[in-house]
Amino acid sequence: MLGAYLPIIFLVVIAAVFGFASLCFSSLIGQKKPSEVKLAPYECGCEPVGSARERFSVKFYIIAMLFILFDIEAVFLYPWAIIYKKLGMFGVMEMAVFIVILFVGYIYVWKKGALEWE
Amino acid sequence: MGFELFGLPMIYYIAMIVKVLVVFVFVLLTVAYATYAERKIIGHMQVRLGPMRTGWHGLLQPIADGIKLFFKEEIVPSQSDKFAFLLAPIIALIPAFIGFAVIPFGDTIEVMGYKIPLQIAAFYDTAAGKVVDLNVGVLYILALASVGVYGIVLAGWASNSKYSLLGGLRSSAQMISYELAAGLAIISVFMMSESLSLQKIVADQAGFGWYAFKQPLAFILFFICSIAEINRTPFDLPEAETELVSGFCTEYSSMKYAMFFMAEYANMVTVCAVTTTLFLGGWHGPGFLPGWVWFIAKVYFLIFVCMWIRATYPRYRYDQLMRLGWKVFLPLTLLNIVVTGLIAR
Repeated sequence: MLGAYLPIIFLVVIAAVFGFASLCFSSLIGQKKPSEVKLAPYECGCEPVGSARERFSVKFYIIAMLFILFDIEAVFLYPWAIIYKKLGMFGVMEMAVFIVILFVGYIYVWKKGALEWE
Repeated sequence: MGFELFGLPMIYYIAMIVKVLVVFVFVLLTVAYATYAERKIIGHMQVRLGPMRTGWHGLLQPIADGIKLFFKEEIVPSQSDKFAFLLAPIIALIPAFIGFAVIPFGDTIEVMGYKIPLQIAAFYDTAAGKVVDLNVGVLYILALASVGVYGIVLAGWASNSKYSLLGGLRSSAQMISYELAAGLAIISVFMMSESLSLQKIVADQAGFGWYAFKQPLAFILFFICSIAEINRTPFDLPEAETELVSGFCTEYSSMKYAMFFMAEYANMVTVCAVTTTLFLGGWHGPGFLPGWVWFIAKVYFLIFVCMWIRATYPRYRYDQLMRLGWKVFLPLTLLNIVVTGLIAR
């Protein structure tokens, strides 16, 4: 198996070297004339008001949580999908029950309005 | 074969280095010329000419752009988190360029009596007499897609600018939503191939037994979700110029901006390659051309489709985007799995 993983490590190294090298090279040859206004956060040319580190919509948090729940579902489905032909009808029924239970949760989330963005 | 290291012959290492370098340069060149092709194709679709001045019909435009970006001033905003600000483009770039490692782009070739599979993360096991590749190839690609989100969140947060933060948040919410649907859409393919190894999936599709014909719904859902996941039009909400300036990369300049840009295009190349491998038969094609030519042709065609979509459709609104992902695609993918489970046995 090592023979399949070694090239990936090599490719990661090449990509990282490329990334760091081009960053360093551009910061070496690029011009530098910093000024206070230039280094301020961009706000359409006006003076920045307040900080960006403020509270944001809780919706993003809910989406992240739902993602984790459903992604775990997907993780369970992967190994099942590989061997489901060997499991036969038993496997299909088991997974159908699993998906139905999850679907009930999905409908609950929908009805609670967690997927609304208006 | 004389010299061996970790039980692998010397020619394995030579083949590995050559394959990695060739693929890396290929992706880099494709990325550079995808920017040119995009400007040219969309230009012609809008009855303009696109770049014309640099070289014949503007063919040197990507090189000129690259050199220009190297010489641009590097701005690190005074209120930003400096370390995270510098790290974010690299975190976005690396996963975008290494996704290609598991994709088989051609048949096995023979050099000096040693068989070399045209896939980076694979080798020919002489004792077992078969090609061994990464048996979790698809999981590797999905994992890299998830890592790519970190670069964008980090960029949005580290910039300490309101546009960047909102762009980063929107982008990450969009990417994880569609990653979910994309990950569920391809499960029906694994149910048919009974493997996550891309060598096996491609081998199953020999002779026009493409999964795009057997799983048309999964194919369409996966391609649309992929376009949404790589933030391309009509789902380019994070870079909705009219409301968020430039989204998460508002504060970025010079090569750091270029790295986000390259990551986006490299992701597009990877996604098109994955779609080709999973649904369009990979490198299989009529025998009068070698496999890798068919592979490149299919990938380039899908890249062209991405650009065609960009020229055709207007941008989605954010609530429409989330509704489509969560309320339409997610139930459809689950339905597809159940139907496949009942029919394809």
